[in-house]
Amino acid sequence: MADFDQHISQRFDEELHDIRSMVLAMGGLVEEQVANAIKALQSGDAELASETISRDHEVNGYEVRIEEECIGIIARRQPAASDLRLVMTIIKTVADLERMGDKAVKIANMALAIDHGAQGSNHALLRDIEGMGKYALDMLRRAMDALARVDADAAIEIAKGDEMLNQEYRSAMRRLITYMMEDPRTITSAIDALFVAKAIERIGDHARNICEYVIYLAKGKSVRHLPLDEVAETWQGE
Amino acid sequence: MPVPPSTAAKISVRNLEFFYGNNQALKDIHLEIPERRVTAFIGPSGCGKTTLLRVFNRMYSLYPGQRASGEVLLDNENILLPQMDLNRLRARVGMVFQKPTPFPMSIYDNIAFGVRLYERLRRTQMDERVEQALRQAALWDEVKDNLKGSGLGLSGGQQQRLCIARAVAVKPEVILLDEPTSALDPIATLKIEELVSELRDQFTIVIVTHNMQQAARVSDYTAFMYLGEMVEFGQTNQLFTNPGKKQTEDYITGRYG
Repeated sequence: MADFDQHISQRFDEELHDIRSMVLAMGGLVEEQVANAIKALQSGDAELASETISRDHEVNGYEVRIEEECIGIIARRQPAASDLRLVMTIIKTVADLERMGDKAVKIANMALAIDHGAQGSNHALLRDIEGMGKYALDMLRRAMDALARVDADAAIEIAKGDEMLNQEYRSAMRRLITYMMEDPRTITSAIDALFVAKAIERIGDHARNICEYVIYLAKGKSVRHLPLDEVAETWQGE
Repeated sequence: MPVPPSTAAKISVRNLEFFYGNNQALKDIHLEIPERRVTAFIGPSGCGKTTLLRVFNRMYSLYPGQRASGEVLLDNENILLPQMDLNRLRARVGMVFQKPTPFPMSIYDNIAFGVRLYERLRRTQMDERVEQALRQAALWDEVKDNLKGSGLGLSGGQQQRLCIARAVAVKPEVILLDEPTSALDPIATLKIEELVSELRDQFTIVIVTHNMQQAARVSDYTAFMYLGEMVEFGQTNQLFTNPGKKQTEDYITGRYG
């Protein structure tokens, strides 16, 4: 990548460096938010859930700041080629990260809503969530890592992994439906658990989106809406 | 700007070499200039882009010691051959220069002058031709009440459009623009760029520019040249978002090469 070469304008280098650092910091924050939300849900830690909800404005603040920086760079620098792709990638990544932040809030809200004491069945219901949550968090962490290193090969592997999370979601849904059919008293909490599973599944989708932007950044090709198995073929042999 | 499908080549350059005395300015250039499209040449000073442009109407033949070898085919006719009729060639391949070059005569005569070299027209036909050329150059509304006024009395941007009108008046097939806006202010520049996109349906246009954003704005195809070599040629959208060569990438992103 040309990232390591210096622009003639040092200030431009600094600006690109700034938006990169900011998006990685935002990714770190979102990761923490998702992890805390899931932890709060597992442990019934209402304080942690509330803290997660209240910190969402930090995520939103990052989104606004980074977007403003990117728009400023486009207006003043007219970035081209890999610079242009970097700015576009960051603008899009930030939108996905912000949505993931919203999912964390959703899960945290659920942590407050679910009555942890009353029904022992909740723990069974939430069992699926733990594995899915770990998996989604791992996708997010690796996606941000691939972005930091502009690693298209890693990005494609992570994106492929999203299918696994989708399958987990579908089987969680089947299990939850079974619970509900067996014991209608679990319906309320099962639906809550289903919403959480859905939120986690969406986090995986957003991580996959980020991976697709990374591939665009690295290869200059849009791979959205392409089967992932075909994607790598488009640059193998280059 | 959506890139129109590529058309047949109007100019085909094959194995072109160019020398200023012993100094080689172009090395083994191969290039196809698509018909009725805008092609931009970009590259740092001294890369050969203006030299290449000047080959297309044999401008260099005015100077002893400058010589070209290889082939430059205009509609399959090699214009480098000694027997090429240069007057006819320059009627087919018009040129507009960096600095506006109006003749010290009336606006009307600035345009009629070139036409008279190639055609005999009756007064009314000439009037029509002058009006048509000025309209094509988006200058008519500004000068129609002052056709007897001096071309030198126009603003820089108007003078440049007058030169474009003079070029189109002889109904060329190709128009060469050598940094046509580098002496103009931003508004006059945008007017020329707008004009270029209007003329591209009728003419094959080749523009040399130092302003990369201008190349990105006006051209369908871009050629990046460096040290007398053609580094990369491709659709403008592609070249400015995902260039194939690192040299191109470094140049258009403003990095040290």
